Amino acid sequence: MERIYLDHAATTPMHPEVIEAVSRQMGEVFGNPSSIHSFGRTARHVVDTARSTAAKSIGADFNEIIFTSGGTEADNLAITGIAKAMKQKGRHIITTAIEHHAVLHTCEQLEREGHEVTYLPVGEDGQLRLADLEEALREDTILVSVMYGNNEVGTLQPIADIGQLLKDHQAVFHTDAVQAYGMESIDVKAAHIDLLSVSSHKINGPKGIGFLYAKEGIALEPALFGGEQERKRRAGTENVPAIAGFNKAIELAASSLEEKRELYTGFKKQLINILEDKQITFHLNGTLEQSLPHVVNLSFPGTDVESMLVNLDLAGIAASSGSACTAGSIEPSHVLVAMYGKDSDRLRNSIRFSFGLTNTKEQIDQAGEAVAKIVARLTNK
Amino acid sequence: MIYFDNSATTKPYKEALSTYVKVNEQFFGNPSSLHHLGLQAERLLFESRKQMASLLGTEAENIIFTSGGTEANNLAIKGTALANMHRGRHIITQQTEHPSVINACQQLEEHGFRVSYLPVDSHGQVSAEDVAAALTNETILVSIMHVNNETGAIQPIQEIAKLLKNEPQVLFHVDDVQGRGKVPLNLENIDLCTLSAHKFHGLKGNGVLYKKKGVKLSALLSGGNQESGFRSGTENAGGVAAMAKALRLIEEHRREHGERLRAVQQFLRKELEGRQDVIIHTPREGCAPHILNFSVERLKGEVLVHALEERGCYLSTTSACSSRQKKTSTVLTAMGVPKEIADSSVRLSLSYENTRQEAEAFIQILKDTIPTLAKVQR
Repeated sequence: MERIYLDHAATTPMHPEVIEAVSRQMGEVFGNPSSIHSFGRTARHVVDTARSTAAKSIGADFNEIIFTSGGTEADNLAITGIAKAMKQKGRHIITTAIEHHAVLHTCEQLEREGHEVTYLPVGEDGQLRLADLEEALREDTILVSVMYGNNEVGTLQPIADIGQLLKDHQAVFHTDAVQAYGMESIDVKAAHIDLLSVSSHKINGPKGIGFLYAKEGIALEPALFGGEQERKRRAGTENVPAIAGFNKAIELAASSLEEKRELYTGFKKQLINILEDKQITFHLNGTLEQSLPHVVNLSFPGTDVESMLVNLDLAGIAASSGSACTAGSIEPSHVLVAMYGKDSDRLRNSIRFSFGLTNTKEQIDQAGEAVAKIVARLTNK
Repeated sequence: MIYFDNSATTKPYKEALSTYVKVNEQFFGNPSSLHHLGLQAERLLFESRKQMASLLGTEAENIIFTSGGTEANNLAIKGTALANMHRGRHIITQQTEHPSVINACQQLEEHGFRVSYLPVDSHGQVSAEDVAAALTNETILVSIMHVNNETGAIQPIQEIAKLLKNEPQVLFHVDDVQGRGKVPLNLENIDLCTLSAHKFHGLKGNGVLYKKKGVKLSALLSGGNQESGFRSGTENAGGVAAMAKALRLIEEHRREHGERLRAVQQFLRKELEGRQDVIIHTPREGCAPHILNFSVERLKGEVLVHALEERGCYLSTTSACSSRQKKTSTVLTAMGVPKEIADSSVRLSLSYENTRQEAEAFIQILKDTIPTLAKVQR
């Protein structure tokens, strides 16, 4: 049985060229970038090249990229780093109810330490209302953290509008772009973004590496202390092979962006069309318009998440109930709660499909057929 | 090419590389995913954790995977400080610790903690008596490294552990980044212990914090609650599997080639001792078998490192993390080495793959190199 992986929002396979880049670094250029001899200098060069690539990919400058161990660390560094560095200016933070747990749990931690956090609601479309943000904004607000594109339902937030709104306010604007990066074209200067988190393993790069863009001049208290790597903003020997792989992944993602957007948007429509043709009852969580091309989240009334996932897995289809990080135990998705309320059926019968490298039109056909069959069986039609 | 800079970083074992590639090609799933691929990745992570634990003589539940030694040291120190501050705000460490320990402690000082930085003797060793004398009712943590990264000096870990056995309220953390695979360390009376994969031929970006059951720790990274809530972030299953493989291999190499490594070090020491212009900083007794730190009088360490590199020998000045800053080594300073001599120091660090022939060739190159530089410097 051919297995069909439709869970690219959880993690992606490394691109063969990325594996090659990582292997080459591990075998040949294994030096410590802080060493002053040629092994060290060669490794430093690899890190510098990747830093330029990363900077260029979002319209940032070389010195504005901090490599981290991944998206979680980037989010933690952004939020805690600002909260600590700006505590003289205020203790109020604004975020949304649908952020990734790396943002939400960090904010909750800061609340325990005396910060005040406003969690903005979203509509059924998954978007926050600018008016709500304007209203929540105070003189002592130091940080606004709003994700670029949601990992569970794919909804895009009005990032440029938020950037515009905050342009003349002391509050620093952070966006978690872990799901959007590589899929949306991002320009941090045009959108007035101060901090932006990226994870490599979501774009066919290696796990254990990511970056935080931090605009020049933004004061950030580091979280990891030690050597003076990353201009003292993130201690620890640089993960050179992973950084080399990340560099390749960014290049590949950037060069195929338009092509992928079109392909995955097509997959999304194809999947929906098949289900409609088979007269399956389902609801789209979020909208098709304001959404990441590779994520689609569907609610199937009359089914339940667990039997859906088990049956899909048996049929060789890997999908998810929500984010992988909350999936370990099936708890109701905080994103769907925010969109539809805690009593909605959608909390118990929604499945996320996410597309990526290696998926084909044929696979989507097969998956659509299989989903239709399973839903029909579970709802006794 | 003679690579004598294994304390900065090591070349990954071929087997570790192939494990990493295999995992990422075949089991790339997110361990938290519920489907087949997720379960495979989770099982692999579990097996790696078990293997790691058994190599360390402990249980799988005591292993926290991190992004490396720096994160593990930060988590150990700040994590215990935050979780135990209601019991006291005093920490004991010593002056020659790695910057990831010293700077983490300094950060805690800014947040109201008191830290005692114990002195070391001329061999770079801290005394257990000093640790005992520094203990107060407020002490919550003692953090002492096993093997010093610049000199190879071994700290009296078991003596301190024995002492702290009578102080159940004081946690004991050991930074074993440089010792692991080179100098055996029993974790029995240690509460927290740091390892870094790329120092034992694993991959960069992977480390372990050993945490004894029951030890209270606050997480530094919040998020998806991976690693039992102590370290959020998608697990790097490939890196972790490669790390477990590398640790198994280096332990084998230690048993098989441990004597040889020590003999290469002894040979180098004897040859260097024979020179009037060389001062050796690595203690004769109580040192790891792979590090030799020495000064060639009146030659800047940096100048010697570059000159040796031109002749195919790779060494470093101080630790890699501080070598780009061109500061006088705080480790040698703490040992009482005068500034001028400390600025001349270079560190030579071996792996089990280095041979007597390489050591002989190195000595010859050093002999040929020094006179050419001595001329330049005058």
